[in-house]
Amino acid sequence: MSQLDTQAVSGDVALIDPVEVARARAKRRDRVLQWLLPLVIFALAIFIWDRLCVWNEIPSYILPRPGLVWDTLITDWGLLSFSLLNTLKITFLSLALAIAGGVGLAVMFTISRRVEMSLFPFAIILQVTPIVAVFPLINIYVDDQTAKLLLCAWIVAFFPILSNTTLGLNSVDHNLRDLYRLYGASRWQTLWHLQLPAAMPFFLGGLKIAGGLALIGAVVAEFVAGAAGQSSGLASRIIEAGYRLNAPRLFAALLLISVTGILIFFSTSLISHLVLRKWHESALKREV
Amino acid sequence: MNQSPLISLNDITKSFSNGTVALRDMTLDVHQGEFVSLLGPSGCGKSTALRIIAGLAPATTGTVSWGDASGMEAEEASHDVSFVFQEPTLMPWATVFGNVFLPLKLKGQSKAKAREAVMEALELVGLEQFENSYPRELSGGMKMRVSIARALVTRPRLLLMDEPFAALDEITRFKLNNDLLELWQRFNWTVIFVTHSVFESVYLSNRIVVMAARPGRVVDDMSIDAPYPRDEAFRTSDVYSQHCREVSDALHKAMDSYQPGVSV
Repeated sequence: MSQLDTQAVSGDVALIDPVEVARARAKRRDRVLQWLLPLVIFALAIFIWDRLCVWNEIPSYILPRPGLVWDTLITDWGLLSFSLLNTLKITFLSLALAIAGGVGLAVMFTISRRVEMSLFPFAIILQVTPIVAVFPLINIYVDDQTAKLLLCAWIVAFFPILSNTTLGLNSVDHNLRDLYRLYGASRWQTLWHLQLPAAMPFFLGGLKIAGGLALIGAVVAEFVAGAAGQSSGLASRIIEAGYRLNAPRLFAALLLISVTGILIFFSTSLISHLVLRKWHESALKREV
Repeated sequence: MNQSPLISLNDITKSFSNGTVALRDMTLDVHQGEFVSLLGPSGCGKSTALRIIAGLAPATTGTVSWGDASGMEAEEASHDVSFVFQEPTLMPWATVFGNVFLPLKLKGQSKAKAREAVMEALELVGLEQFENSYPRELSGGMKMRVSIARALVTRPRLLLMDEPFAALDEITRFKLNNDLLELWQRFNWTVIFVTHSVFESVYLSNRIVVMAARPGRVVDDMSIDAPYPRDEAFRTSDVYSQHCREVSDALHKAMDSYQPGVSV
């Protein structure tokens, strides 16, 4: 009996598919490379940047060496962190307002077709008109600096949330809709228990786009507003550094904006994954 | 069957805005405890009839009346219906428990209060182990069981099923056929079952309403008097194949009566 068992086991071992083993190994390798490759290329790029500065004797007010940028980031941290906080404040406030406005409007659209017919064209106009072109008007009508920037960033960020959430709220399975009707669900029950969960993947897709746009909106708004003093963000630092040919600080500010954008992207992706991982196709891993 | 019917369709006609007549002059009485199959080719209006009975679509002319056997108001009675769709139609974001709990939740019951009823419905379909699973983790047959459990949880008087097993493989379908029959006998429900399978309709029902298309209409009303419980032995018996032959003939006659010039 035990002999038979060992035979069966060794038979199983021999039966492991070499193609599958190779596939599993390739998958593991891919997972490592996915992180390793970008890091190596990035390090290489910084190295070449540094060498180019040295070999060509480029002055630091034209192109600073990466080490100098890093040093500037640390020595100017007091100033830069203050500006970073201002930019972050505008970005996240406008993103929050974009979520509230986008989802709120989308819900109103699904409740009343007439509201959608009346208001959707205006949402499109807001979206397609370049914010830089509208800003002079905002500058005239709005006094408060923060409000100005917020409005600007909000206009840029809210549309993807509105259009995605509207699409999501309207793409509920028809049979499920019938089922809710059959069981006498009220409009609010249908909205809360059926339409909003069904719209969630669409909303989160919009959020990913809006997160990046809110940052862009906040920076662009500050560029055109030419802010100064208490509410000056990273964009002001960049303009200022540009005037003074302080390239290292310009690069340091730019670096902070990029890192902020990357962090926003990763956090919205993480939120999306956490919310959807249990049920949505986009978050599922498949066994091949 | 001398009691008054549970539900009556009186001269129901349904036409759509494009001029298609989905259903013409359908009259049907269904009594308490009957297992009625609506059998016919696609386009014969069987699903439309089911939607009208459920109150999901209005009839163009004709009325649906509910029997007053239990002294219920018609409005009240019409809410005593459950519907099983061809697809499981589960909410992917809710667990098995959440999906079965839905009809009670919409009626305002708390989760704690409904728990017993939900678990009982899950036990009836053999899925009590899976209350915390999400639909995507289940097989096609298990999803359909969840869908049936959700229909049962309200203890409906009338169960409407729209080709519920059509998308399943044969082995799973036979198993679910047997389970459905067992539940039906245990609870003495009334079932209206839409199918395009002669064999399924004969196996399950004690009455088959044969329908034809263009326009959708009833052409035959046959009773299958083989005794219950029916099991796998019945599936291979002479009586079964005899009934299948009769129903099949009726169906073919119905299909031959297509109006000339209309291609199938």
